[in-house]
Amino acid sequence: MTDRDAAIERAELTTGVSPAVAIEELVSERPESPWRLTWRRFLRHRLAVVSAVFLLALFVTALLAPWIAPYDPNAIDLQLAQFGRPASPSLAHPMGSDQVGRDLLSRVIHGSRVSLAVGFLATGFAIVVGTVLGAIAGYAGRWVDMAIMRVADMMLAFPPLLFLMAVLVGVRPSALTISLAIGVINWMYVARLVRGEFLTLRTREYAEAARAIGVPTWAIIFRELLPNAMGPIIVAATLSIPAAILTESTLSFLGFGIQPPTASWGNMLQNAFTYLRDYRAWWMGFYPGLMIALTVLAFNFVGDGLRDALDPRSRID
Amino acid sequence: MEPTGPRRDQPLSAPAGGDELLRVEELRTYFFHRGTTVRAVDGISYQLNRGEVLGVVGESGSGKTVSGLSLLRLIDSPPGRIVGGRIWFDGQELLSLTEAEMREIRGNEIAMIFQEPLTSLNPVFTVGDQIVEALVLHRGMTKAQAREEAISLLARVGIPNPAERFKAYPHQLSGGMRQRAMIAMALSCRPKLLIADEPTTALDVSIQAQILELMKELQRDFRMAMIFITHDLGVISEVCDRVNVMYAGRIVEQGTTPQLFTSPRHPYTWGLLDCLPKIDEPRRQRLTPIIGQPPNLARLPSGCTFHPRCPYAWEKCRVEEPPLFRLPEGQTVRCWLYEPSRAEAPVRLIAREEIEVRRVVDHRPLLEVQGLVKHFPITRGILQRKVADVVAVDGIDFTVNRGETLGLVGESGCGKTTTGRLVLRLLEPTAGTIRFDGVDLRSLKGDQLRSFRRRMQIVFQDPFSSLNPRRTVGSIIAQPIEVHRLAQGREVEERVRHILERVGLNPVYANRYPHEFSGGQRQRIGIARAIAANPDFIVLDEPVSALDVSIQAQIINLLQDLQLELGLSYIFIAHDLSVVRAVSDRVAVMYLGKIVELADNAEFYGNPLHPYTKALLSAVPRIDPARRGARQRIILPGDVPSPINPPSGCRFHTRCPYRFTPCDKIEPRLRDIGSGHFVACHLYDPEFAEQAGLAGKAVPATEAVVGSPGQG
Repeated sequence: MTDRDAAIERAELTTGVSPAVAIEELVSERPESPWRLTWRRFLRHRLAVVSAVFLLALFVTALLAPWIAPYDPNAIDLQLAQFGRPASPSLAHPMGSDQVGRDLLSRVIHGSRVSLAVGFLATGFAIVVGTVLGAIAGYAGRWVDMAIMRVADMMLAFPPLLFLMAVLVGVRPSALTISLAIGVINWMYVARLVRGEFLTLRTREYAEAARAIGVPTWAIIFRELLPNAMGPIIVAATLSIPAAILTESTLSFLGFGIQPPTASWGNMLQNAFTYLRDYRAWWMGFYPGLMIALTVLAFNFVGDGLRDALDPRSRID
Repeated sequence: MEPTGPRRDQPLSAPAGGDELLRVEELRTYFFHRGTTVRAVDGISYQLNRGEVLGVVGESGSGKTVSGLSLLRLIDSPPGRIVGGRIWFDGQELLSLTEAEMREIRGNEIAMIFQEPLTSLNPVFTVGDQIVEALVLHRGMTKAQAREEAISLLARVGIPNPAERFKAYPHQLSGGMRQRAMIAMALSCRPKLLIADEPTTALDVSIQAQILELMKELQRDFRMAMIFITHDLGVISEVCDRVNVMYAGRIVEQGTTPQLFTSPRHPYTWGLLDCLPKIDEPRRQRLTPIIGQPPNLARLPSGCTFHPRCPYAWEKCRVEEPPLFRLPEGQTVRCWLYEPSRAEAPVRLIAREEIEVRRVVDHRPLLEVQGLVKHFPITRGILQRKVADVVAVDGIDFTVNRGETLGLVGESGCGKTTTGRLVLRLLEPTAGTIRFDGVDLRSLKGDQLRSFRRRMQIVFQDPFSSLNPRRTVGSIIAQPIEVHRLAQGREVEERVRHILERVGLNPVYANRYPHEFSGGQRQRIGIARAIAANPDFIVLDEPVSALDVSIQAQIINLLQDLQLELGLSYIFIAHDLSVVRAVSDRVAVMYLGKIVELADNAEFYGNPLHPYTKALLSAVPRIDPARRGARQRIILPGDVPSPINPPSGCRFHTRCPYRFTPCDKIEPRLRDIGSGHFVACHLYDPEFAEQAGLAGKAVPATEAVVGSPGQG
């Protein structure tokens, strides 16, 4: 009670507001900060939370791959795969082996590193470039907008797979080069989105207030307005990671991606193709394929959950 | 004085006579949200006769809109539900009807019009089709009959060329025309009761006057009962027969309109009347606000819900909720002051603080504006070819002296907001000079301009979009201090705390986010940001028009105090002429990008010269129920013309009742006609004096109504 009385007295002295109202304000629970509110709303999205837990487990696995994987992913065991016939799943090798007796579970675990690395790097690149260019285009308008968006339109007109294959013939495919190449064909989507956000954000009065205060333009764009565009950007990022993972798998499948013997889910699928036909070795394709599907699905669910949680218009509470 | 308990089973009024149309008993509408119950309407009872106009007045959150929607059972469920009460309408109890039966009542027997007609008209159908639909549905007309009737209705509500406008889509009509179309639609089925929810709030004063006049006339002609929901006591005084004053979901006072204004009883009603700036009172008043904030409906105060803000409250008010007491004069009041056992009659403490704000006005100008022009190009096609210009500001001159407030008034689209942005160089002028403390602002570039911005600031109208939702209040206020390096480290926090206190906010609020505050508090935060860098000059762009009247008075007083204390100069942009009177030293009126009149406050309100100023002043609804009907008012015809292609000569000539020969050909200059009273009108130009004299005597040149509202 004494705390409360002190609070009332202080409020009266400082604000001249009526005491009862002051009590109400001081004693009542604070409303949540915008980010906390988002978090709480996300937690209500059951599927998204399950997916997030799955992805977290996947990250840990990828990070600790050398310690978790039961075998060396590249260790050849011709005893296991006799006459080049892939060994079917067993207790010792739960996902079976490939045609040279490499343990598939270990390869799937190591392959997750490639997939996640490419997913994040490619998306990171697309988001950074797309956000910066989109924000500048949207805020500056006029000819700057015109120039940036026409370049984006031209890039969008390229058939993406052809572009990737052309680039990767020239450079040695690695997780980094593949990521950059995928980033180059994806930033335009982010730029369009961010530009759209900025077109409305720049008309907000707080943007004008910042100008009136004398805040430099770059700070208005990146410090004042960008945090308010983060919602859609985060959602776009979460949804573009699985797209990048799929693209990498496609490239690897076509032979333009990560080169053997390094395992990636994509090149494991490609390798499986022959043996699926000749030896009915379904496990060679099934497990990497399942991992791709689950990972992509999980990212999409998390993206959906974030979109609902971040969108002030969706009222899930 | 016989107390009438709030939970009695009998109705408050006499049993239904032949004239009674509506009786509401103990109506309760609650909203259920995340475990909390918001009692939006909490046991209201009233009665309405045929052909009577009932005003419902209250601030936002008082439950006035929900009470109107509840009559039509238009409460969204979830989260809302009508949890109790009865609604007797024309012999039927509405709450016991089935949804199908209720649909028969809606639009047919009871119609409703809303504040923003654009959102209540369907954008993909023409106005005519929407009326036809209602007529076919409710009055069983054929398409052809309905079309006929719709056109005559549009004509009846004063829409010119009704056959043409029949084919218009809602967005093709102006705000006033849309509201007229809404009214036509509401009247299409000859309802017995019309509920009007803030029907004129979104409109400019001159248009508001037109619509109020129309509604009064139609109400009389159709002998229709009306419930008029508004926050504006002036509007109540102009239209209503009886009034319910609502606070926190309850009716706190009921009475006839003359009773409410001549002998109000409830302390809240006193507060509402006292905090209004009045247009016919002397300049530069300090207002008497109602202290505190409107209550949180989910956590209502104990006892009387008004007690935390009531200067008369005592122990009993904190504990026990007062019932409605019926006074001998027929008013009912929900306040312990009127308990029959109390010996002495309650005394209203303050009428008004009649203190003139004393200030030293330094007559060296701080801001000098000459020939200021702003055109916004309209471009089309890929090549951004310019097809036309919106002439927002078209050559205006004015000065603002040190320590002075210049009021800038005008209707929407007149260029007042653009002017505010131009003098701060938030917009680039097309032409003209702006000198601030002798420095030519247009010559400043880049960093020079940015550091100059410390000296001039702005406060915006919308307290919601003007604060960055992702920043804490402390960092919002610290920003100008940091940008201009006025302090470092802990000293910044120190200053932020000090500024928060100065604007009447608790310094512990510094780490909260804007969405945790009410509109009035946010506006205080906006003001805190504006004064944080010790500016000399602030543009106040409609700083109080989004606020409730009780809060408006607090903010106006704060702004006046700050001005005195910090020696600030203001440009106060507003559409409300009463507010401008209370705060300004000089007043300028804009019309379509031009200043048409500029004068000292007393001169401006005492002796307005320009016909547009006169019309604006006469259009302001006044609190003067005794003289309503007798008051002469000028109602301007039509809408403000488009600024893309403004009228030739004097821009006002298309709507001016006094227009004569030179008006559509020669543009009048803004001339000083003595002692700093500037007016741009040929009537006061010696060159045209003779003709003007003739024009003054002649019948008004347009179809403008000059006369008492009673004549229709």
